[in-house]
Amino acid sequence: MNLTDIFSILPLAALLVWALLMLLAGLFIPKKAALLNPILAIVGLVGTGVLLVWHGGESMQGFGGMVQQDGFSVFLDSLFLLSGLLAVMMAPAYLKRIGIDQYEYYSLLLLSLSGMLLMASAANLIIVFLALELLSIPLYVLAGIARPRVESEEAALKYFLLGSFASGFVLFGIAFLFGGTASTGFSEMATAIQSGAANLTFVTAGAALLLIGLGFKIAAVPFHAWAPDVYQGAPSSVTAFMAVGAKAAGFAALLRLYLMVFPTLSPSLAGIFAAIAALTMIVGNLLALVQTNLKRLLAYVGIASAGYILMAFAPFGNPLVAADSLASALFYLLAFTLTSFGAWSVLLTMEHADSTGISLESLAGLGKRTPILAAAMTVFMLSFTGIPLTLGFWGKFYLFRTAIEGGYVWLAVLGLLTSLLAAYVAFRVIQQMYFRGGDPELHGSYWTNFVAIFCALCVVGLSFMPAQLFELVSKALLGGV
Amino acid sequence: MILGMNPLLLVTLFPLVGVFILLLLRPQWKNALRWTALVASLLTFGLSLAVLSLFHSADGGIQMELDLPWLTLAGSPIAFHLGIDGLSILLVLLTTFLTPIAILSSWKAIEDKVRGFMIFFLLLETGMLGVFLTLDMAVFYIFWEFTLIPMYFLIGLWGGEKRLYAAIKFVLYTLSGSLLMLAGILWLGLHAGTFDMTILTAANSLSLTQQLWLFAAFGLAFAIKVPMWPLHSWLPDAHTEAPTAASIILAGVLLKMGAYGFLRFNLPLFPQATIKLAPWLGTIAVIGIIYGALVAYRQKDAKRLVAYSSVSHLGFVMLGLFALDAQGISGAILQMVNHGLSTGALFLIVGFLYERRHTRELDAFGGLWKVMPVLGSLALIVTLSSMGLPGLNGFVGEFSILLGAFGSTAYLTPWIAGVATVGVILAAVYLLHFFQKLFLGPVLHEENAALKDLSVREIAMLAPMLVLIFWIGLYPKPFFTLMTPAVEKLLGILQAASVVMH
Repeated sequence: MNLTDIFSILPLAALLVWALLMLLAGLFIPKKAALLNPILAIVGLVGTGVLLVWHGGESMQGFGGMVQQDGFSVFLDSLFLLSGLLAVMMAPAYLKRIGIDQYEYYSLLLLSLSGMLLMASAANLIIVFLALELLSIPLYVLAGIARPRVESEEAALKYFLLGSFASGFVLFGIAFLFGGTASTGFSEMATAIQSGAANLTFVTAGAALLLIGLGFKIAAVPFHAWAPDVYQGAPSSVTAFMAVGAKAAGFAALLRLYLMVFPTLSPSLAGIFAAIAALTMIVGNLLALVQTNLKRLLAYVGIASAGYILMAFAPFGNPLVAADSLASALFYLLAFTLTSFGAWSVLLTMEHADSTGISLESLAGLGKRTPILAAAMTVFMLSFTGIPLTLGFWGKFYLFRTAIEGGYVWLAVLGLLTSLLAAYVAFRVIQQMYFRGGDPELHGSYWTNFVAIFCALCVVGLSFMPAQLFELVSKALLGGV
Repeated sequence: MILGMNPLLLVTLFPLVGVFILLLLRPQWKNALRWTALVASLLTFGLSLAVLSLFHSADGGIQMELDLPWLTLAGSPIAFHLGIDGLSILLVLLTTFLTPIAILSSWKAIEDKVRGFMIFFLLLETGMLGVFLTLDMAVFYIFWEFTLIPMYFLIGLWGGEKRLYAAIKFVLYTLSGSLLMLAGILWLGLHAGTFDMTILTAANSLSLTQQLWLFAAFGLAFAIKVPMWPLHSWLPDAHTEAPTAASIILAGVLLKMGAYGFLRFNLPLFPQATIKLAPWLGTIAVIGIIYGALVAYRQKDAKRLVAYSSVSHLGFVMLGLFALDAQGISGAILQMVNHGLSTGALFLIVGFLYERRHTRELDAFGGLWKVMPVLGSLALIVTLSSMGLPGLNGFVGEFSILLGAFGSTAYLTPWIAGVATVGVILAAVYLLHFFQKLFLGPVLHEENAALKDLSVREIAMLAPMLVLIFWIGLYPKPFFTLMTPAVEKLLGILQAASVVMH
């Protein structure tokens, strides 16, 4: 290990150290000054961001090619840091309200984030596994942080058991891939597969097993069953982070692996991806349709969104489209991050201390009570559906386009038709807010409101310059893939 | 150029100036809000008249073009490309003409959340103008979808009893079609390497099979909007539940977006498919004419009756479009305007009655002519215009359409036009029934005996519509002159396609 190695993971290492320091510092921070914890977390995140910008320009490898710093990782890192920032901002008021204002919360969040950062630059299966555990274990704890609340404990246990199960699949897949290619490094594996030295049966089996394991993380159908329960049981501020961060990290691994290492496997895997994407879109939207609990509703909307992103994988073997489809997947992830955090922050405002107040009916009258938050929520719902003048529209637009370009017209048409279901979900929410009378009790705080309004402004504002944004994403990728 | 800006851009965006001012005003200042919206829409109308004065009617091509590049999609540029031609100019004028009238009609009817109402109304106007003026498929789609949101809220927040059901039905019906259109737009745009309508029209390399698929993808979206039978079932609900002002715009302009879509996209882009499918679409149009008329006759609610009459009237428009000859298509365009005027006025009249009696049941009225002679006589003119009486606007459009349909080679048989003629008779049946139930006979109900006749504001709304009803009826030439070169150009494309096919 030399200086370059450290340098290649500098932002992530800094974040990790900061998280550990915070864990120590938390012991000495008195209860009265509890607000210091989130402030420290924000300082850490901003500092990491500065480091990222400072050294993000160049692509480099470290630890003998095990980690790779490039445009892809820098983009995802920024996305993770953004979601970390939003997650920290919306937490304090909520945690205080439901009585779990513990300083460990923020350290755990930062630890999980550093796992995600590592995932974005992983160039070796061992690192993928390490990152997966580093991001998951703090999340298991966070899901159960509302102890002794039974739902929270149940969520933690469920998440832990199924997460471990998924890790098992990932490990099994790694073993197969190692058996097939005699390596765990991405570039070595790619060379082995291309030169024909690899045992293709093993490689395909390994790739499929990895897909299952990571499919759990991104909650793709049929590996999604844990998500609604866990999302519902975990404290909402954790869920908001989990729904975006864990999903994006899973996609980070999938994107790098499949588009970089396995393009030659596409004849045998593309169909599977298309099928999973189709299933995820259909099931996610259908089940979102019948939910009456907002947390579950958002969980299923998130599942459906994963389905749309998975569309980008269907044409992954086609080199002409691969770069574009990767860019559209990242673009959609950005749109999803902003939309999802915004929607969750509105939900946080609505939730009472006893975790009631988040049924669909409790939205009634929100339009009159706080026109601004209701308008923001409308924007998020429209963005999930993909109605123009929101970022979600362009996200879907780009994804459908790559699907069509890659020859998967049926998948695009299916995606469009399931958007109709999504529209029904969205308009059900909008209808409650505006057309039904009621007087919901709100627990707004400055920061949650800020997150909601900031996200809404971004979702609408950025939709006027999708090209610049897309170009940014594509440019970020040029260095990497 | 007006004020150094492209006139089309100015017309499209001007309502947004009104929106901006409305946002600055306080919600309690109801009259200030109303006046702001009215003045903004009147100025927009003024701007559209300026566009008309700059328009060269002898030129069949696109005029006053504005082409601002926006983004590139896999090598295919998407641009904010505006332009106007003979196919769209009348619809633009119709939109800017009807919007102030609709805003005036809400003066007394909307007391609750006035600011929101006016904002949504002006947003809707921008959306509709964008639909008619955009020449880029992707931007067209954005405007097309955008019109949904204000209309959804107008129905859902200010509508009648079953407004929730009607609003969501309206959105889901329209979306289901337009999502497939998005797939079509993406496919076509990537296939041709451009989303620009002018380039796509000029260089068409689609095979017949491709054209048929794309025709279906686009056509479904438009057919739902028109609406063509059997996709019409959202319309009676939406119309009945919408507030009067929204009904006027819904019938007057929003439905025309569907017919315009066929005219702008399906006919020039997929000409061979159009020729192949014309007899089928003509048949469906005729079924719509007859079906709409029969169902209209059976309605007990005045607004539902007018709504079903729209199904019938729009059937005529579609019949004219797919006749694929000069009379048919020009008649169809003119009939779009006519329908906007007559049906808009009919909704206005039903709205006047509803404001006075809070019911729309035909049985609750009768003998109103004695009580409200001014409304009675104006309503008679409007009813006759909708029926197609010679000398009034409806006749000119329907006559031209039927002439086109009889002479059409695309329909292969004169029977389609023949059966459609029955629709004219049926229109007389249900419209006279409508008029008789409301205005003729003795005053059946005590409450009706003391109803006030029209106020100056109400007459001011109907008067400009009546002027146009007579103008088009007596001297339609200037209207035809505006569209003829563009229609000729469209026919040229269709003829070239039919030569290739045979």
